[in-house]
Amino acid sequence: MSKARIDARFAALKAEGRAAFVPYVMAGDPDAAIAAKILAALPEAGADLIELGFPFSDPMAEGPPIQRSAQRALAAGMTLQGVLDMVRVFRERDQTTPIILMGYMNLVLHWGIEAFARDAAAAGIDGLIVVDCPPEEAEPLADALDAAGVSLIRLTTPTSDDKRLATIVRRTSGFVYYVSVAGVTGVKEADEKAVAPQVARVRAASGLPVAVGFGIRTPERAAAIARVADAVVVGSALVDEVAEAVEMNEDVTERVLSKVRSLAKAVRSARVGQLTS
Amino acid sequence: MNRPNDYSAYPDAKGRFGDYGGQYVPETLMPLVHDLDAAYAAAKADEGFQAELGGLLKHYVGRPSPLYFAERLTAHYGGAKIYLKREELNHTGSHKINNCIGQILLARRMGKTRIIAETGAGQHGVATATVCARFDLPCVVYMGAVDVERQKPNVFRMNLLGAEVRPVTSGSATLKDAMNEALRDWVTNVHDTYYLIGSAAGMHPYPVMVRDFQSVIGREVRDQILEAEGRLPDALVACVGGGSNAIGLFHPFLNDPEVKIFGVEAAGEGVETGRHAAAINGGRPGVLHGNLTYLLQDREGQITEAHSISAGLDYPGIGPEHSFLHDVGRAKYLTATDQEALDAFVLLSEKEGILPAIESAHALARLPEVVKEVGKDGIVVLNLSGRGDKDVATVAAHLGRQI
Repeated sequence: MSKARIDARFAALKAEGRAAFVPYVMAGDPDAAIAAKILAALPEAGADLIELGFPFSDPMAEGPPIQRSAQRALAAGMTLQGVLDMVRVFRERDQTTPIILMGYMNLVLHWGIEAFARDAAAAGIDGLIVVDCPPEEAEPLADALDAAGVSLIRLTTPTSDDKRLATIVRRTSGFVYYVSVAGVTGVKEADEKAVAPQVARVRAASGLPVAVGFGIRTPERAAAIARVADAVVVGSALVDEVAEAVEMNEDVTERVLSKVRSLAKAVRSARVGQLTS
Repeated sequence: MNRPNDYSAYPDAKGRFGDYGGQYVPETLMPLVHDLDAAYAAAKADEGFQAELGGLLKHYVGRPSPLYFAERLTAHYGGAKIYLKREELNHTGSHKINNCIGQILLARRMGKTRIIAETGAGQHGVATATVCARFDLPCVVYMGAVDVERQKPNVFRMNLLGAEVRPVTSGSATLKDAMNEALRDWVTNVHDTYYLIGSAAGMHPYPVMVRDFQSVIGREVRDQILEAEGRLPDALVACVGGGSNAIGLFHPFLNDPEVKIFGVEAAGEGVETGRHAAAINGGRPGVLHGNLTYLLQDREGQITEAHSISAGLDYPGIGPEHSFLHDVGRAKYLTATDQEALDAFVLLSEKEGILPAIESAHALARLPEVVKEVGKDGIVVLNLSGRGDKDVATVAAHLGRQI
């Protein structure tokens, strides 16, 4: 069921001839209630798929914005159970927008890999990205997710050569995530000229849609990447909106959604007048 | 888990010591980690590399370090003979230099032009800065802001050696956060940077590589004790944070079942208080910094802060081989509190005229039990992994003295 939701969404987008916009938000940032409100409103604001971070104390691949976001969520009491509950509530009203969980291995390990795969599927989660679980360590996780019908979404990077790419895409489904910069989230800027051939390479190796993320902060950058990729992921720029709204005592939900709308609009209009693949 | 017959068979090809170890790192780093694995295997088998390493250990580090019979300490406890492996006499004042020499030669072989490292007490940072100065490579050391504050002399030493020390303020601002930042730097600077990890922890191949470079300690002890006593010791004792000095002493004796092995974890204010750094005695297996090992964590799997008077032991994890040795029962992991370490620090200073590093003082603190366990005719070897000059301000503060 879950994998089907991702496939259906990408098929629909292909028919429309445009890339997907994929906002990343951290579950529980700044607190559970506001994060749930943001999540519920994302599809309406232009999210085609949603990446939902689950907070970890030691997120080694994240830059300062997502590190701080995880800290806020943990300080506000978010748990992995809380994340699943959030998705369950979301699914009561939305059965079509795919949700991909993204986080780190230790929490999944503690839940129990097989139990987590089942519980995630039951909550309505479609895919899972575990940042610190490369193919070398992922066999048990891949087995459990296959059995539960949840996609294991893999990361490919500028350091993945052809041989490595073949290893990475071997047990993946749904889509492949291309990390567009060598670095942590939200620091360096992605360059579409460098990204385009890489996306083509990953697409050819996997036969799957390719999402690009890690260095996209503005509508202009999002539009540029949308011209060459199947999906555009923006995370740090959104969690920065949460941070600033909290600091300025503004409406967090509205600030995040407003940013999502402008990014989604940029992605949707990026290929107008351009031949699509 | 059954005890293996041959401990040299570990880790396996996937970097596992039994269940522990592995390579839980972001994809960006995987090609680098595989390169490192291959480069290390080639270097290890290369006689030229080993000869250069041996020469530097002898002439630059000052090896072999003495194995010293601590006569007055032995008399004090009134039991087994106590020998101290004098790693504190190495250049830079601790065992950390053994590994740094090995890894800097490897980094050069790999053509890397920039070195990064993490440090807790500053001993590994100083050792890394030292080899970077010696081999003319730029060096960035990540250090928790809390540790920068409590180890100021070592920060200045690193600066004198030409290294840039970057204080880390994220998380608990101690060793684990320094390691997170070093990993983030490595992910960002993949093409030219070598990450010189100081502990027998992290992702494969670091635990085995650091163990191999530190095993010079145990190999020397073997020769030295055979010369002094004509037989192997009855027990080995070492402090364990990440556990590099301990595994360096232990490993050459793992296949000698008559040699009892004791690691000593930092119990901080007491394991029962929750404010400690005892990963095995107060933690559970989990994944952090690229490996599966015992970790301090909450019910959910969030990593919790370690607490110890010793910045070098103030880490929520432990090297994966120690987790394995614990599970199979080959080594026993004890604990010592801050106060016990302080008492042992003072005792060794007064009895033997040696100021031990506060890290090593944790191992000294468990001598009464170990001496009792091996009996009056027994022989105990304790790894004095570092010198205590860097800790005098901390010790003075705890003793309520002004300096």
